[in-house]
Amino acid sequence: MTAAIEVRAVEKRFGNVGIIRDLNLSIAQGERHAIIGPNGAGKSTTFNLISGHIKPTSGEVRLNGDVISGLQPFEINRRGLSRSFQVTNVFARMTVWENVRSAVLWATGHRYAFWKNVDSLPEVRERTARILEDIHLTHRRDVPAGLLTYAEQRELEIGITIAGGATVVMLDEPTAGMSHAETERAVSLIRRLTEGRTLVIVEHDMSVVFGLADRISVLVYGHIIASGTPEEIRRDPKVREAYLGEEAH
Amino acid sequence: METGALPRIVHEYAVLELIVISILNGVLFGMLLFLLSSGLTVIFSMMGVLNFAHASFYMLGAFFGFQLTKWIGFWPAFVLAPLLVGAIGMAVERYGLRNTHKHGHVAELLLTFGLAFAIEEIVAMIWGRSPVDYRVPALLDFPAFTIFSTNYPAYKIFMLAVSVVIFVALLLVLRRTRVGLIVQAALTHPHMVGHLGHNVGRVFMVVFGVGSALAGLAGVIAGPALVTQSDMAAALGPILFVVIVFGGLGSLPGAFVASLVIGLVQTFAVALNGSLASVFGPLDAAGGPSALSDIWNVTIAQVAPIIPYLLLVIILIVRPMGLMGTRES
Amino acid sequence: MTTATTSVSGPAANAAGENLRFYGVWLAGVIVLIVLPLVFSSGGSLTSFSLIGIAIVFALSYNILLGQTGLLSFGHAVHYGLGGFTACHVMNAIVSHGWPIPLPFIPLFGGLGGLGFAILVGWLMTKRAGTVFAMISLGIGELVASSSLILRSVFGGEAGITTDRTALPRMFGWTFGPQIQVYYLIAFWLVVSAIAMYALTRTPLGRISNAVRDNPERVQFIGYDPHVVRYLAYCFAGFFAGIAGGLAAISFEIANSAYLGAIQSGLVLFATFIGGTAYFFGPILGAILVTYLQLGLTSVTSVWQLYFGIIFIGIVMFSPGGIAGLVMMHRPLLRAGSLWTVIPSYLVAIVPTVALACGVILVIETIARHSGGEASAINLFGIAFNPKSPATWIAAAVLVAGGFVIARLTWRRVGEAWDRAATVARDRGYLA
Repeated sequence: MTAAIEVRAVEKRFGNVGIIRDLNLSIAQGERHAIIGPNGAGKSTTFNLISGHIKPTSGEVRLNGDVISGLQPFEINRRGLSRSFQVTNVFARMTVWENVRSAVLWATGHRYAFWKNVDSLPEVRERTARILEDIHLTHRRDVPAGLLTYAEQRELEIGITIAGGATVVMLDEPTAGMSHAETERAVSLIRRLTEGRTLVIVEHDMSVVFGLADRISVLVYGHIIASGTPEEIRRDPKVREAYLGEEAH
Repeated sequence: METGALPRIVHEYAVLELIVISILNGVLFGMLLFLLSSGLTVIFSMMGVLNFAHASFYMLGAFFGFQLTKWIGFWPAFVLAPLLVGAIGMAVERYGLRNTHKHGHVAELLLTFGLAFAIEEIVAMIWGRSPVDYRVPALLDFPAFTIFSTNYPAYKIFMLAVSVVIFVALLLVLRRTRVGLIVQAALTHPHMVGHLGHNVGRVFMVVFGVGSALAGLAGVIAGPALVTQSDMAAALGPILFVVIVFGGLGSLPGAFVASLVIGLVQTFAVALNGSLASVFGPLDAAGGPSALSDIWNVTIAQVAPIIPYLLLVIILIVRPMGLMGTRES
Repeated sequence: MTTATTSVSGPAANAAGENLRFYGVWLAGVIVLIVLPLVFSSGGSLTSFSLIGIAIVFALSYNILLGQTGLLSFGHAVHYGLGGFTACHVMNAIVSHGWPIPLPFIPLFGGLGGLGFAILVGWLMTKRAGTVFAMISLGIGELVASSSLILRSVFGGEAGITTDRTALPRMFGWTFGPQIQVYYLIAFWLVVSAIAMYALTRTPLGRISNAVRDNPERVQFIGYDPHVVRYLAYCFAGFFAGIAGGLAAISFEIANSAYLGAIQSGLVLFATFIGGTAYFFGPILGAILVTYLQLGLTSVTSVWQLYFGIIFIGIVMFSPGGIAGLVMMHRPLLRAGSLWTVIPSYLVAIVPTVALACGVILVIETIARHSGGEASAINLFGIAFNPKSPATWIAAAVLVAGGFVIARLTWRRVGEAWDRAATVARDRGYLA
């Protein structure tokens, strides 16, 4: 079976500074894959490279076997890859309902239609309602997204990301800044919503990472130093030295 | 008439004369544009605000120059008017833009748009809508040199000298002073401006004030040479925006090159009387007046006002970032 | 917390009553349009209503860009003007060729004229949003306005292109000579355009335009190309602006370069922003107010444009949501029943504010008369002020300075009262 995501020898330089060097990563279909690493290791840049937010200087990225590096973000999204953002990135002046619905429209085939009433598209309405249920925001559906609490906005962020029905979901620090209780809630939400999909997650909270991921890659200075199951990563001496050791202090 | 040798020589001289004079005038106009576009660029880079009222400050400079010259003479006006304009600019930043900032860049742009509108109306209210009699100071009212048959006025040389002096001074300030370093940092790393520390408000105010004062200075010296009238800001403003988009938003060297290019192109265009008809011969007259015949018969001098905008469209097709721009938006 | 859902009308939870109210508002609008000329039947008021109708269509079309898609254009009049010119040329062609197209269809050709140019330049213009778009729209606006004076055969030079609306084939026996018939034609197109533009906001494209306005980056990650969205929105705006231009051409029987110019572009921006861009009815309010002021102020003062500028600056600084935003701010408080606690502080604040405004007017009029060499008395709410008298200057200074200081204090009080009332509304679940 082809890998869901295949990153081959990707480099990214800004001027003379190499942020990502010789990045190789393979994520199987249906796998929950976590990318961890110290601050500034290039985790968000990796996300941006895969999702098309920035273009690699060299190397290639494949989604389900097709090369996607060099494509526009919306083209990549239409091929079934969706991502969230570390800094909450919602449509602030639109209501929660409209936020989620916007993310449903392309996937349900309504695209740029200007001859349909958006309120009377049954499949759009049902799907939006279901996602709102899933992210526990039904009671806030008519509140402008900019007025939600931080934790609610993070949940909405996840809702927007999965609404299009992408097969590969990438979440960038979904629990950052959440309390312990909120984190637990978010993890079970993520677990449930990404059932049957490929999940790539960047996370700082090790309990989230080890609780959620099937496999883990460790990124240090723009390079993956180890990739394996949580057990393998825990035991890997290179990781302990470069990362977990640091974390313990 | 054109067959004799003498007229041909005269004609060639006339062409050479036209070229030399146009280059002088074009560089002069370009330097004036740069006095304005440099301030506009620096303000945009640091604050993210495209100051729509920048050309209005230029107009205020001209009218203050005119009024103060009447009261206390040209030379004191030459110093005082830009300072006054700079003070107004600082007040606009402190009491206008700073309060509007929380509503976003569109609100800020709209505020300066409203200001530009209001300033034009205030100037028209006080000085009327027809041109005022803003004269070249007697001290500089003589021909500096004669080129072929044209007397080149000393005042224009003075304008050129002032622009060059300011240009050099700006370079020195940017290279050698602390504020200059901050401005340079802001030009290359606009997102870092927020980290300048707690006096960021004062830096903004000063930068806005200096930018406005430079615009005012351009107005004071340009006023006597060009027409000082209440619509001068509306006429120059759009060209100024073309300059900075053409050069690349946020690029000071880009603004410099674009100022000179547009200055020269405009000046040459105004001086040339050729049309497609004069080059390729008249169009088949049977067609009568049509859009094609309009284009065929129009002289370059007549299309001069639209040339900057044509350049804008071309650069957007060829190089959407502008000549030396590096930024997306 | 569930009560929050009842405060705002949810699209899916459209109750029957909600629907009824919605159609009621539109129906009331139509009835007003029909009855208006029966109540105010003078020629002058009919012309005013016609102008207002055109201005509303134009402002609504502008709000497709500014309010819906977040594109600030300084050259929207280009489409209005080209619509006007297209309409004039089509009307003249119909007359000379004897085509069987009656006048009521002409605005459609205006719309096509505006749309055509939008299709042509829009793709290039909407590549980028924000400041760059604003500058390019200004440049294109100047380009077209200046070109119109060069292409004399198409635009008629300074004089413009004239036409005769009564020479077209008739429909229902209407000649469209009398102003009342023109008014009803404009009212008809106003209703059709307004419904179409409102419907547009409720289509997938309309909602995605909002998303592009709020966050163009994120839109790319839900499958949409923001450039395409902006381009389509631009084309729609161009189309409806063209309809407004076509209506203007019918009304004035002329199209000239002033239609395309910076002043026209500025006016539609003023009207839309003053009215409020966040609500569909905002530009309607703005167009009514600005056109009314434009018609009304010209006869009262020579510097009416300055007052425009000041009103606009005031709105930008103190109420960026415009009049509609100001009105709608009070809705949750009204529903929560806490609005009445704010009213007294409003009443207190209004006194020094009016004093300040009077002072500013007095200053402006005094200066205007001084430099205009005019000595006519300034009539302010029935009180005559002599512009040459020092008493006037002192009164102006006292009003401005005193009004400013006291207004600041009282508005701070309003702010406090507002915060208390908003807390109540929040507790009762009417405010998020």
